[in-house]
Amino acid sequence: MVFLAISGYFFSVILLATRVADLRPYFLNLGVILLLVTPLLTMRSLAEERQSHTDELLMTLPATPAQVVVGKYLATLALYAAFLALTGVYPALLFWLSDPPAGPILASYLGALLLGGTFLAVGILTSSMTDSQMVAGLTCFGLILLLWVVNWLAFASTGAVAEAARVLAVFDRFDDFTKGLIDSTHVLFYLSAIFVLLFLSVRNLERRTWM
Amino acid sequence: MIELVQVGKRFGQRWAVQDLTCSVEPGEVLGFLGPNGAGKTTTMRIVTGYMPPTTGSVRVAGIDALDDPVRLKTRVGYLPEIPPIYGEMTVRGYLLFVAEMRRVPRHRRRRHVDEVMERTGVADVAGRLAGRLSRGYKQRVGLAAALVGDPPVLVLDEPTAGMDPRQIIEMRQLIRSLAGQHTVLLSSHILPEVASTCQRVLIINKGRLVAQDTPDNLSARLGGRRHLRLEVRGGRAEVEAALSEVPGVSAVRFAGGGGPGTTVVELELAPGTATPQTAPGDGSAATAPGIAPDVREAVFFAMARRQLPILEMRSVDMSLEEVFLQLVTHEELEPAPPAR
Repeated sequence: MVFLAISGYFFSVILLATRVADLRPYFLNLGVILLLVTPLLTMRSLAEERQSHTDELLMTLPATPAQVVVGKYLATLALYAAFLALTGVYPALLFWLSDPPAGPILASYLGALLLGGTFLAVGILTSSMTDSQMVAGLTCFGLILLLWVVNWLAFASTGAVAEAARVLAVFDRFDDFTKGLIDSTHVLFYLSAIFVLLFLSVRNLERRTWM
Repeated sequence: MIELVQVGKRFGQRWAVQDLTCSVEPGEVLGFLGPNGAGKTTTMRIVTGYMPPTTGSVRVAGIDALDDPVRLKTRVGYLPEIPPIYGEMTVRGYLLFVAEMRRVPRHRRRRHVDEVMERTGVADVAGRLAGRLSRGYKQRVGLAAALVGDPPVLVLDEPTAGMDPRQIIEMRQLIRSLAGQHTVLLSSHILPEVASTCQRVLIINKGRLVAQDTPDNLSARLGGRRHLRLEVRGGRAEVEAALSEVPGVSAVRFAGGGGPGTTVVELELAPGTATPQTAPGDGSAATAPGIAPDVREAVFFAMARRQLPILEMRSVDMSLEEVFLQLVTHEELEPAPPAR
């Protein structure tokens, strides 16, 4: 709900201010929305199970920790994708009003899905580390914020540090999508980031039972 | 059906369970008894596959917990101490979810869940949000969840906690009715509960097995000692001095209560004094069952000599809880077994 309200507000304001039938500024602001929304979507997922002791049911049902994590992830991803689908009214509106290029918009949606998917995986990971939703949410928020500003480091330093910062600069990668550029390295980066984050979450669940 | 061989579980530096070996036959109801923190919950969690043991091996229905935890979990229904309920789901929705996770075929799911709800007495709240139910109902919904999918092994951690007396009786009947079709492992810190529902009892303390036997044998072995409760008008010191003259008293415990100027005291009688089958010659002549008359007489005369009127004197059957407590504290006094 809030997601739609904020994104709708961004969309309208940008459209009214620029009078250009272009979704790119809107998608660039999406990062801000994701920063706020993804921790909220994911902080419950595993932390609440532990807090309310329902993990004792979940972990004694015939399912592996990997299945549990992937299930939780896909559930939040589906919710996020549904939100994203609802924002489809904005481009529809643009197409009705004028004739914007379709390529960048479609690429942006793919990018938004991948970027959001990565953040959701960050949220799942932080949620697997604690049994406090609050801690999980704030940690997720902090990590995403860090990812957002990490590209500053790329300008402020040189050598390996700058290189590492450029690799981690998830928003810069997203920027390319909004230009209509689908770079396979970006796609691979997001997908492997999601994989690594979920893998770590699974390990967290397993480790917890071994202690 | 359930086989534990030298199972141990360590959390950091602390061993929650050590060297536990036991087995449960198919269709048997086994009670796990022990004070809080004895390792009951840990053991049950190991049996359910929630956590693997640090040492030793666990086999349920022939499946090793480390080899194939997922398959093991299909054979075990678990009711944790705190019922694992998703508060925002309805009872039926929750049980349908569990049925789905336990791979009950889709076309049978609804009927199966209805049956389980009927059996556990939660059918009348099927449409209500599980989080809004009373503690007793939550407990029964938790049991229903454990029964969904008809697992051959049931692990119930304190199944009657938080229930009112009538619900407790119903729950015990229900558990007894499960015997035969299911192998049940249940834990409790209430001895009579275990005695009334289980065929065999396993007492565990500080992570170690203390005793295992049928409830009858266990109470026979432990229930011998009795107490004498006295209310005497007089000071504590005088009463204590008087009692020191009485033979056959192994321990004196001052209890609270009683009016002003009176002392309430509980006497623990030496084993020889109280148990009927004990041979005489240990300072008392106890031969009759129950409290030997001479102890009461000796107490009477001892008090009379000091002019301390006895206001009340009655024999107290040691409750099973106390017996249990004694067994457990007794074990602690013994030197620790060497080598782990």
